[in-house]
Amino acid sequence: MASFILNGRPVTVDADPAMPILWVVREKVGLSGTKFGCGIAQCGACTVHLDGQPVRSCSTSISQAEGREVTTIEGVAGPDGELSKVQQAWVSEQVPQCGYCQSGQIMSATALLRDNPSPTDADIDAAMSGNICRCGTYTRIRRAIKVAAGQEPPRTEAMGEEA
Amino acid sequence: MNDMSPEKKKSGLAKWSRRGFIGAGVLAGGGLLIGIGVRPGNPIGSLASKVAPGAGEQLVNSWVKIDMNNVVTAIVPHCEMGQGAHSVLAQMLADELDAAWDQVQVMQAPADGSYVVSDTARMFAAPFTLNAADWLEPTWDGLFTQLGKSMDLLITGGSSSIRTTGQNQMRIAGAAARQMLVGAAADAWGVPASEIATRDSVLTHEASGNSAPYSEFATAAAEQSMDHTPTLKTRDQYRLMGRSKARTDIPAKVNGTAEFGIDAVPEGLELSYAAVVRPPVPGTNVTAMDASRAEGMPGVLQILNMGNFVAVVADSYWQAQQAVNTVQIDWSQSESPVRTMDDQFAVFAAALDEAGETGGNQAAARGDAPAALAEAATVLEAEYRAPYLAHAPMEPLNCTAHVADGKCAIWTSTQVPLMARSEVASTIGIGADDITIHHPYLGGAFGRRLGSEYVAMAARVAQATGYPVKMIWSREEDTQKALYRCADMSRMRAGLSESGALVAYDSVFTQRHDPAEACVPAIYNIANTSVRVAEAELHLPFQAWRSVDHSQQGFFIESFIDEAAHAAGTDPLEYRLAMVENAPRHKAVLEKLAEISNWRGPNAEGTAKGVAIVESFGTIVAEVIEVDMTSGKPKMTNCWAVCDAGYVMNPDGFRNQIEGGIVFGLTAAMYGELELKDGAIVQSNFHDYKMLRMDEVPNIEVALINSGDVPVGGAGEPGLPPAAPALANAIFAATGRRLRELPIAKQFT
Repeated sequence: MASFILNGRPVTVDADPAMPILWVVREKVGLSGTKFGCGIAQCGACTVHLDGQPVRSCSTSISQAEGREVTTIEGVAGPDGELSKVQQAWVSEQVPQCGYCQSGQIMSATALLRDNPSPTDADIDAAMSGNICRCGTYTRIRRAIKVAAGQEPPRTEAMGEEA
Repeated sequence: MNDMSPEKKKSGLAKWSRRGFIGAGVLAGGGLLIGIGVRPGNPIGSLASKVAPGAGEQLVNSWVKIDMNNVVTAIVPHCEMGQGAHSVLAQMLADELDAAWDQVQVMQAPADGSYVVSDTARMFAAPFTLNAADWLEPTWDGLFTQLGKSMDLLITGGSSSIRTTGQNQMRIAGAAARQMLVGAAADAWGVPASEIATRDSVLTHEASGNSAPYSEFATAAAEQSMDHTPTLKTRDQYRLMGRSKARTDIPAKVNGTAEFGIDAVPEGLELSYAAVVRPPVPGTNVTAMDASRAEGMPGVLQILNMGNFVAVVADSYWQAQQAVNTVQIDWSQSESPVRTMDDQFAVFAAALDEAGETGGNQAAARGDAPAALAEAATVLEAEYRAPYLAHAPMEPLNCTAHVADGKCAIWTSTQVPLMARSEVASTIGIGADDITIHHPYLGGAFGRRLGSEYVAMAARVAQATGYPVKMIWSREEDTQKALYRCADMSRMRAGLSESGALVAYDSVFTQRHDPAEACVPAIYNIANTSVRVAEAELHLPFQAWRSVDHSQQGFFIESFIDEAAHAAGTDPLEYRLAMVENAPRHKAVLEKLAEISNWRGPNAEGTAKGVAIVESFGTIVAEVIEVDMTSGKPKMTNCWAVCDAGYVMNPDGFRNQIEGGIVFGLTAAMYGELELKDGAIVQSNFHDYKMLRMDEVPNIEVALINSGDVPVGGAGEPGLPPAAPALANAIFAATGRRLRELPIAKQFT
């Protein structure tokens, strides 16, 4: 049995202590926003927060979460579903393409901005380089982080724009 | 190919662009349902011609619903894999319909032939057959039969969704619906239809003061006679097309609720999970298996020797993967002579040797290239190589399947739901009508999910178990045991005149897939051109990879053109400009690129720039990459791109696709390589099959040109082909070192 706090709620599941948090959350709890990408902590698609720190849940066993707080993408928005500043910036900058990596990207960016509300480009590089986006949305992710940090204005939907 | 003028080669599109067949019906509960089928005469990218004979006869159906709450639902036949098709196709439909954008929904068309052909088509059949004689072409005979067969062409690829479905179905559906609503209102109000205005899903007759939401006439509209060539808007009338409307799929992609194939949790089914091991060398089979260690492992339910793969089924994917990793498998010997990439390139070289200077199959010819080469003042020769590449979508290949009571249900990410269904049908011996394919969002595809072998595998496993199974490939399986962008080799010769002008061009290479014209430097006015193919066997199985042949040919051709420019002592961008003098669109793209990249100004300290231009999938894209070589290794600092797609339906969505294509192309250029050892792929996961990351990607600026009255071009692929040559050309400008093979990073260690 493994007991931990998932997105603010206590959870107890019957799982092998060695099973990665990723698979416990996806298959045992049924929250599928956290994604499997590589299984070896190389791509960041599975990023969750463990006591607030970003970890690669594909390579972190559930035993390490015992009694601790796990936050997934489903726990980022407010209780009424209101998107966080980071999520809002992801929308205003129209970041996602396929979207598969974006849960992990948002978890990494959320941790970055909580610890460093005004990151430099180098800070963004350091915090985000563990997350691969195969669709290549990196320039938009960078801009969205700056928007969420208040360093750049959000692009409102560009109605009337002719190319 | 006699005429290589890019203007002429597209002339096929306009003739039939408004030719569709339209059917209407009343929704249960009231409201209007309109279906549009079109027989495009143009290739849906040339992918379709590859996968289905007679692909010119493609038929894809799509629908529009207007319900009693005034909500418009666009039922989109294409899948959403990140390219934004769902959203922009709805945008095109809603514009012609004059619908309120915030009351438009998108629905994925089901991949179900019986739904497509029988129930819905039956509803369409009455009005359709009644007035068929007025407009039906003779070739529509047997239409409904053909529809069923041809629906296998429900395909997403070839940068084609906007160009085909958008232009020829969604817009027509929207325009037809609008005209029928107007007709119904005119009848009810007793006013001329021409006096009724539509805007934001409301009908208005100013003189009489009448006004009503679409929903009020949605049911009556279904009784209206239909104009099969409804009047489409001109560009000055667009309200949604050409605008950067926010994508409808994005909100769900930022809060974890978007459902991808791998997330499928079929209602009422308790899933088990399968991990698989496929042959390390393609085409080999299991000859012996020792699964004794796996048998006792926790959660393991079944260990299956499937002949050409091994599956372990367990209570969780992780348990299944742990267990399958312990299975010892002996594989049969491969008959392929290729054990290493040196072997593969030797196979290519032998084919090119045999073709010599004039042999092979002629892909394109103009003038007399051999004679012009013989007479040229200078002849350049070069051999270029490109490696095998994996698609590596972030969502590993997976499929959930349940086979029971003679029926099969599938949940998977696929670009070709109905071809997947056919493959499942032929694999497990269940009729297509008894197979249901559910296909939610794709976590990337890039061509990989045009192949369906993983779907058939899951169906086999589920048939063997009898209970529902979710099969997930490990990243290692996805990297090493899949389908691939092919390696290739090209030998090229260029003849330059005394003044350095390119007067003769000859190339011979070994791989030709799609698009057929990718190997031809057709955008340039070169008087004598010969392009030849000397086919050679591939060791790894082929699958179209984003931009397909342009991914190698773009690098070959645009690097070699750069060599010619430098040999001529001419600036590479000016050299290209001189060769597109009679092609105003290409010229404008290059001029704009020179401007935004400050090409003609001084380079920033320590940097150099390279340029490339490729027209692919109907869109011209030119790129400049700026590279900093001061550390001795390439550091990409900036990328400027100028695109002319004729007309861009959603500028921000288009830019996102171009940005993505550039990063995809630069990733391949810097790192992309699959090596072989004993015939098996060496690279296994993202630590050795590397991707560009946040700290390595240059700033990217994309400028768009709407050049006007030409067919609309694609978005998903055209950003990619110029990226690699622009980078290699920049490195040449910085170092004088010409890179004739990829990837680049390892050449600077």
